[in-house]
Amino acid sequence: MVTKEENPLKKVCIICAKGSIEDVYATLVMANGAVMEGIEAKVFFTFFGLDAITKKQMKKLKTATVGNPAMRMPGGLPFPTLLGVIPGVEAGVSWMMKKGMDKLDIPPVGEFLEMITAGGGEIYACKMAAEMFKLKKEDLWDEVIDIITVGDFYAMCGGENTQIIFT
Amino acid sequence: MEEKTIAGVNITLNEEGYLTDPEQWNEDVAKEIAQEEEIELSNKHFEVLNYLREQFLAGESLSIRKVGNSGIVNIKELYQLFPGGPLKKSSRIAGIPKPASCV
Repeated sequence: MVTKEENPLKKVCIICAKGSIEDVYATLVMANGAVMEGIEAKVFFTFFGLDAITKKQMKKLKTATVGNPAMRMPGGLPFPTLLGVIPGVEAGVSWMMKKGMDKLDIPPVGEFLEMITAGGGEIYACKMAAEMFKLKKEDLWDEVIDIITVGDFYAMCGGENTQIIFT
Repeated sequence: MEEKTIAGVNITLNEEGYLTDPEQWNEDVAKEIAQEEEIELSNKHFEVLNYLREQFLAGESLSIRKVGNSGIVNIKELYQLFPGGPLKKSSRIAGIPKPASCV
């Protein structure tokens, strides 16, 4: 179904504060989807979301197997929380998530970020969270434009038909 | 649905301006649709368009990533060739349906 919007969206500012695979990918899919449609996208990574743009962590994101009620076994049966605490289970589940995404042609985090910046999307890191986790610009993915304050980010989020999205 | 004559060919377009029958497409049709999108087609554009058509006619689903891995253009170049909607615009000019991919 397609409806024609008379007053189309021009810019999205997306905030990613969590570092699990699904939270990070929600951000990446929204940001990439925007640039693909010709919508300007600016992404602000903060708190654990910083893992997605930290060189050491970005390839090692995980899905939580504990405290995740939507989690199910491959056959669809409920996934017992106690199982999630067994060493290796989280890694296995995360591997399966990544494999499932690869089948759908969804790239790994680094490549996905490259797709976004190739389309003109901009990636920023939160100053407060970077200080908290003792991260410097050189610890972050090379194409991160800058480490900025919340105020700096809001200053970029003005203009007609702009939306702020918190994933 | 809309009937239209583009470059001397009778063409059926859907409500979003995509060809409903890829067989009605030829290079002149592409050039004219591209003009509507304010794009002047170069050989590089046509390489991308032909790749998209080949993939579509082979039943493959298309994504920006796939085009980026095609060896014809990288993703940045794809955005430069078809600004403001690389996969959507290139598909429309290539005479194939609007891609249903979220990536």
